[in-house]
Amino acid sequence: MTAPTAAGAAPGAPTATAAAVQVTGVGRVFPGEGGRSVTALEHVDLTVGAGEFVSLIGPSGCGKSTLLRLVADLDEPTSGSIAVFGRPAREARLGHDYGIAFQQAGLLPWRTVRANIELPLSLHGVGRGARRERADEMLALVGLTDFADHFPDQLSGGMQQRVAIARALAERPSLLLMDEPFGALDEMTRERLQSELVRICAETQAAVVFVTHSIPEAVFLSDRVVVMSARPGRIAGIVDVGLGRSGSRDDALREDEAYFAAVTAVREALHGGADGVPSRGVETR
Amino acid sequence: MSAAAAPAPAAAPAPGRARRTAAAWGHRAAPVVLLVLLVAAWQAVVALAEVPPFLLPSPSAVAAEFAEFLPTIASAALITGTNALVGLVVGAVVAIAAAVLASAVRAVDLLLDPVVAGLAVVPIVALAPVLYTMYGASVETGRQIVVAVAVGVPVFVTTLRGLRQVRPVHRDLMRAYAATPRQAVRAVTIPTALPFVFTGLRLASSLAVISAIVAEYFGGPRSGIGSFITTAAAGSNYARAWAYVLGGVLVGLLFYGATSAVERWGTRGVRRG
Repeated sequence: MTAPTAAGAAPGAPTATAAAVQVTGVGRVFPGEGGRSVTALEHVDLTVGAGEFVSLIGPSGCGKSTLLRLVADLDEPTSGSIAVFGRPAREARLGHDYGIAFQQAGLLPWRTVRANIELPLSLHGVGRGARRERADEMLALVGLTDFADHFPDQLSGGMQQRVAIARALAERPSLLLMDEPFGALDEMTRERLQSELVRICAETQAAVVFVTHSIPEAVFLSDRVVVMSARPGRIAGIVDVGLGRSGSRDDALREDEAYFAAVTAVREALHGGADGVPSRGVETR
Repeated sequence: MSAAAAPAPAAAPAPGRARRTAAAWGHRAAPVVLLVLLVAAWQAVVALAEVPPFLLPSPSAVAAEFAEFLPTIASAALITGTNALVGLVVGAVVAIAAAVLASAVRAVDLLLDPVVAGLAVVPIVALAPVLYTMYGASVETGRQIVVAVAVGVPVFVTTLRGLRQVRPVHRDLMRAYAATPRQAVRAVTIPTALPFVFTGLRLASSLAVISAIVAEYFGGPRSGIGSFITTAAAGSNYARAWAYVLGGVLVGLLFYGATSAVERWGTRGVRRG
């Protein structure tokens, strides 16, 4: 399940036993205007197991997106260390160990849907035939086979996001990083894509770190929900959802007792874990 | 996105296509009809009001002069057009190279910024006499330099702006995929910047012809459209002066049409955004 280019068992290559993500004592301080620095993250420890689905939830400004960017090596921690499959985040990025999706689909508007999905493959030197084959698989996976030759601006927001997910999965990463990928979508599209994501994760066996500010979304998707608090951003609690492995989840779960219990547990962790600071920016819908 | 840019459905209903074709012809015919009406009105006003030729020659007189002096007008247009083309190409190449450098190196950007601002306000065609003295009054070099400088400013400004349009999410994406700088430039920076570059070139193409003609007013060899306009006007041959102006207009339209065609060709894959 590793990316093709990382398959050679070189020293530092991902190992099956290592956790997907190991965050140890990580802090991130942004230098502010006039010497007033902002502490975005402080003393964060987190382990995401291989194949595990973990959501990061918390109010605006709690550093959940910052944490994801640190794991992706789009930004560097000011303290602590981050390992992805047992090697430093930077090496993991250079080794194409993860796929990533952002809140904005971020498709290249001048490329067709197919060419967008092929982008990571073509950047990493995969041949034309193999690219095409893989893109076909991905198009089928996200149900967009009929739209392969459309351009992104001809698709709805939900379809664009599905293309972005297909692109993130194109290299068969064992780790998928998602930063509020459904944040800009309407509720119905969002629920449908959540169900699709559950199915896709069951098929690909990838570990997922999923940033969201929706409690129901986090509970429905995750094995564990990491609740964060703001200023400084830190982990306030971790809720073990325990609703069964991804494959067995379906829409009926949304009306299940255990689901509501988990939603309540996450909500209480959010409101109780912030030392009286009200949790702004969290959707409870 | 325009409906016309969408991939055509496999079997478009014929009536729809016919209607679209008719509409497209209507769009093209409208300005032609307007032009014909304007020329007819012009002819009528001159004939009925007995406007003296030095004030406004009639279109028929201009047309007669145009036909009579066609070989001269054509050769003059060729010389002016060549000056404009050489200046446009040189100016655009230098401007694009400078913009690429400025977008890559902060120091270059800081250095070039005031220079470009200065160039933008210099009445560059007025420098033509100085350039004629520098390069000799019998060659076209001075005029080509005038065109190159005039063209360089808009191309530089639009290109630099285009190079700075890369969206943060695309930059993150390139980093996440560990793309090399060369790959990132090819995959994201150039396609993002191209529409801006072509807008600059389209503005510059008209400017090139105008600058080439006006530079001829300030001396130099008596060879191009501008020189003949001044000569004809000085000799009170107003209809002939207008015939040369018409030649200049045709050169300008040719340049505009050519750059528009190049723009359509160059951005055929990147027009979306």
